[in-house]
Amino acid sequence: MGFFSKILEGLKKTKQAFQNKIKYIFTKNEIDANFYEELEAILLSSDVGHTATDRILEELKQQVKQKKLKNAEETKNVLKDIMVSLLEENELAPFTYPCILMVVGVNGVGKTTTIGKLAAQFTKQKKNVVIAAGDTFRAAASEQLAVWADRSKVKIVKNSAGADAGAVVFDAIQSAKAKQADVVIVDTAGRLHNKSNLMEELKKIDRIIQREYPQASYHKLIVLDATTGQNALEQVEVFDEAIGLTDIVITKLDGTAKGGVLLSLAAEYTLPVRAVGVGEGVEDLIPFSAKDFVDSIF
Amino acid sequence: MGVFASLGERLNHIFSKLTKRGKLTELEIKQAMREIRVALLEADVNYAVAKDFIQKVTDKAIGEKILESLTPGQQVVKIVHEQLIELMGSTNAKLAVAPNPPTVIMMCGLQGAGKTTMCGKLAYMLKKQGKKPLLVACDIYRPAAIQQLKVVAQNAGVEFFEKGTISPVKIASEGVAHAKKMGYDTVILDTAGRLHINEELMQELQQIQKTVAPHEILLTVDAMTGQDAVNVAQSFDEKLNITGVILTKLDGDTRGGAALSIKAVTGKPIKFSGIGEKVGDLEPFYPDRMASRILGMGDVLTLIEKAQQAVDEKEMKKMEEKLRKNAFTLEDFLTQFEQIGKMGNLADLVAMIPGASKLKMGSIDEKQIVRYKAIIQSMTIAERQNPDIIKYSQRKRVAQGSGTTIQEVNQLLKQYEQSKLMMKNLNNHKLGRMLMGRKMPF
Repeated sequence: MGFFSKILEGLKKTKQAFQNKIKYIFTKNEIDANFYEELEAILLSSDVGHTATDRILEELKQQVKQKKLKNAEETKNVLKDIMVSLLEENELAPFTYPCILMVVGVNGVGKTTTIGKLAAQFTKQKKNVVIAAGDTFRAAASEQLAVWADRSKVKIVKNSAGADAGAVVFDAIQSAKAKQADVVIVDTAGRLHNKSNLMEELKKIDRIIQREYPQASYHKLIVLDATTGQNALEQVEVFDEAIGLTDIVITKLDGTAKGGVLLSLAAEYTLPVRAVGVGEGVEDLIPFSAKDFVDSIF
Repeated sequence: MGVFASLGERLNHIFSKLTKRGKLTELEIKQAMREIRVALLEADVNYAVAKDFIQKVTDKAIGEKILESLTPGQQVVKIVHEQLIELMGSTNAKLAVAPNPPTVIMMCGLQGAGKTTMCGKLAYMLKKQGKKPLLVACDIYRPAAIQQLKVVAQNAGVEFFEKGTISPVKIASEGVAHAKKMGYDTVILDTAGRLHINEELMQELQQIQKTVAPHEILLTVDAMTGQDAVNVAQSFDEKLNITGVILTKLDGDTRGGAALSIKAVTGKPIKFSGIGEKVGDLEPFYPDRMASRILGMGDVLTLIEKAQQAVDEKEMKKMEEKLRKNAFTLEDFLTQFEQIGKMGNLADLVAMIPGASKLKMGSIDEKQIVRYKAIIQSMTIAERQNPDIIKYSQRKRVAQGSGTTIQEVNQLLKQYEQSKLMMKNLNNHKLGRMLMGRKMPF
């Protein structure tokens, strides 16, 4: 069980080669400076980041002292608990229907793919879904989304390239109201978070949703690429400031990246992680489990 | 993490107890290196690479004499900076050229790294250099990837080749054959994004490599990549023996430590960097600028260059002349506004400085400029040159013509008068200097 069992089937051998080097650390006996240094290396190499790593290790040292732990093996679970509780501080709001999901993020993190998977999963639960192709910027973005919509036989509202994204979202909401749809998923153009005019466009879409669809529960998901390093912090900060995020989706965890930046984020924000992307198939978007996630680091 | 509390300042703090100047001691260096390590880690340099690097720099710095002109902190930063540049290699933005055309370039990388966009940029650059490139769509997996490359090719004004979703190996070889027949001198193969541990898909790339023998195999890497950059780069290099690396999304505020990691583990040159969303936003890789970025010192050189581009020198000289003659008209006022409008891009550029996205730039309202433009353009030539003749009825007409209100017209005229007055008061010498952009406001 565990959410990585699935991906491990296919990529087990190669992926393990990257992990083996860190497995042995807990089999050694002594808790000494060397041990902490190696732990630090594991955390840092998983993108946990300097600040969060320091915090986690400080906490561990304290607990080791308190509990009078003597060997490395015993610390393993203590450490994992520290990390899991850090991640579980923020609770997810369940979906209530009708709902609208705005999906944002920088370029290339996998927004469109995530939306495709979400649409398929909602459809499977017999929900009526409308997709708004709000990425009117990138070449062939709406075509890519249309392929996904087609796969799960979902209605897609789109406009020609370069058109106003706000208008597309507006139309999608009207269509959802008319059809009494359960879920509206809004795609947005990938944007580097330091482009202020693009962030303004996002705020506009946000205002349109709030004005036109107040009866729907509103989720604002930021998609993060697990391969991304500490810049993910800046991404969350800027998007959060612009529109106020509610959930995180982390993608591409099927590679060798550990996505440890989630721990950096957990130390600074109160954003829960909703789902994890582990492949390109429709079913490869799974609910986040802090325990499984932490297990995958060690 | 204040950006402007630069690394140099933090280091100076360490050395602040140091009273006598002389050689850097081992202990001081060690303390300083701790700060450097944090800076590197915050920049996403791989921790093992950082460790290695710190060791090298420590050896180099111990016993180094402190230069008269520098503080010990600056001295250490200088050593680190130089070492970073050295490690990242010289500028090497040249692409291989096949003795018998076509030159074949194969792009590869993870999903979402920016390969397709980069294909368009490379093709555009080659076209500008007088070459005749052909883009070949080998990504048969991602929905609409072929369509995206087609649009990208159109934007770059280059030709495009596709065979639908048949085997990518076959598409590649047919693309190269097509190029040979039709006289294209460069073929760029856009391949699907893939995980470096997906053996099946990596084999596909090896097959393409075997079949068309590319002269360049370029790994496209997102500059925001974290610790995993080493695994990715190493795997691609082992399997394909890549010839170089392209860093994308450097227009973000990431510090881009991945560049150092990749260079350290593969030894392959970083050839280009993608610096924006437009087809022309490609530049050679500059190790010195990258070093500054990684150390959190911002890419100041690029910034200054762009600022100079935004301010049109000729335009400024003309303006200066006019002011001297006190012939500053509304038309000139408009030109000036447009210049400021161009500086709007500058605000975007400032955002490239790591951490600067948090700062609120006093952004220029582009819509306001458009309105002002409309107002001025609704005036007759005589009115523009001599605003004194604009009375109430003229204002009413101008407001109607430009779709604005009389209040806005008044506001504009008031601003014009104010700037005119302000400029009169400045003496010519000072003004000239200011306008020539020699004295930047930051």
